[in-house]
Amino acid sequence: MMLIPCPHCGPRAHAEFTFDRPVEAITRPDETPDALVRNLFSRDNPRGPSRELWRHTYGCRSWITLTRDTATHAITDVRPVGADA
Amino acid sequence: MKYSALSLLRAGLGGHKDWPRAWRDPDPKPHYDVIIIGGGGHGLTTAFYLAAVHGVRKVAVLERSWIGGGNTGRNTTIVRSNYRLPQLHALMELSLKRWEGMSDEINYNVMFSQRGALFLGHSDSDMLQLAQKGDAMRADGIDADLMTRDQVARLIPLLDVSSTARYPVQGGLIQRRGGTARHDAVAWGYARAADRLGVDIIQNCEVTGMDITGGRITGVQTSRGAIGADRVGIAVAGNSGRVAALADLRLPIESHLLQAFVSEPVKPMIDTVIMTQSLHCYISQSDKGEIVLGGDPDAYPTYSQRGAPHIIEKAAAEALALVPALSRLRMLRSWAGTTDMSFDGSPFIDATPVEGLYFNGGWCYGGFKATPGSGWLFAHLLARGESHPVAAPFRLDRFETGHTMDEPGVGPMPQNR
Repeated sequence: MMLIPCPHCGPRAHAEFTFDRPVEAITRPDETPDALVRNLFSRDNPRGPSRELWRHTYGCRSWITLTRDTATHAITDVRPVGADA
Repeated sequence: MKYSALSLLRAGLGGHKDWPRAWRDPDPKPHYDVIIIGGGGHGLTTAFYLAAVHGVRKVAVLERSWIGGGNTGRNTTIVRSNYRLPQLHALMELSLKRWEGMSDEINYNVMFSQRGALFLGHSDSDMLQLAQKGDAMRADGIDADLMTRDQVARLIPLLDVSSTARYPVQGGLIQRRGGTARHDAVAWGYARAADRLGVDIIQNCEVTGMDITGGRITGVQTSRGAIGADRVGIAVAGNSGRVAALADLRLPIESHLLQAFVSEPVKPMIDTVIMTQSLHCYISQSDKGEIVLGGDPDAYPTYSQRGAPHIIEKAAAEALALVPALSRLRMLRSWAGTTDMSFDGSPFIDATPVEGLYFNGGWCYGGFKATPGSGWLFAHLLARGESHPVAAPFRLDRFETGHTMDEPGVGPMPQNR
């Protein structure tokens, strides 16, 4: 079980959260069809740190981004969505 | 040596001390016609059929750890072909037919037991969907029988079919030819059968790089040195993205995890594979007597092979509601496998943009049942350079062209399956 530090609610059990997609797969309205297909339907799928979009679905329902190691589940750099540098 | 009742008797008289090793432990040769990366069920069946059907004898299977140590030994051993889409019917039925002859074909008892695979329906809409699925299966020549609640109750007396049950049972759809098999035996049996045809099975040999010249693969770099090859096939489901990245390929796959767990062994109590249309819980009893349970995937990318307890809790709660008699059992072990989640739930058996490099993966959490069919089709592709008609729809570029095969119809997010 991962403990995810929600920027609004503090540390909460990961059962309260749902994974949406890696940040690389967030699509934008102004993308070309080729970029859209690439972003929607292919992945780096790294073993190691991955920047991801999650939602605190069963808590404050906010969207957040975080960096999570896909091998160790270590979570760092959690931000409200839109606050990415 | 050929395994038989006579060889068993002979070895038994000698106290079982003289069994020869089941396959050789060769050093890699400098060059092979075909290298298969991944010594799981799919890689081993591919190597076997390359040698047995296509006459390609200079074949190596490279396994990072040991044979049967990956997902082949981490599944819940269920075999069935009760899908809805015609492309998946063709694929899974080809596979199921190979299961039916497998133990004879490879001279190894894989304990394939066609005890029936039953999907329970819990509502009117469940029963409608099951009836539609059954019709689709029968139209493609696959056995399927819709069952009433009373018929289900007679088949599985321990199932709670009362009107007050947490998950009321209205009926079910059974594929009587479905069942289970001994998963380790599948890996060991195909390793031995392939080895007898001259295939080199090289364990503790991790692929660390691919030699690509002018868009064509010429070999692989491994932890045991460079090995040349005319053609290379990737069959490493779970780690497909990492191996494909060695050739600078990006795949329509995320690696997730699926947990399973088993109870202490008990006397026979469930002789059917129980699955359900509305829940995500499946129950069977192994030949050792353990109750084997599986549930939802954890639904996020991970290579940890370590799942969260709330998933186990949910699967256990559903299993207890369906079969209350399980409540006194103690769970012995739980584990997780890394699943190659594709974006439509269907696998890939296809050439890659690198000439001579072929890919087999994206089996989601349903690869075990497809083991012999996958190998049959991948061997065809590797030997001939073109897809078998059954494998033709399972292309890597199907998302770009719109030819997805989305069995549950839930769209392009792997965690929704």
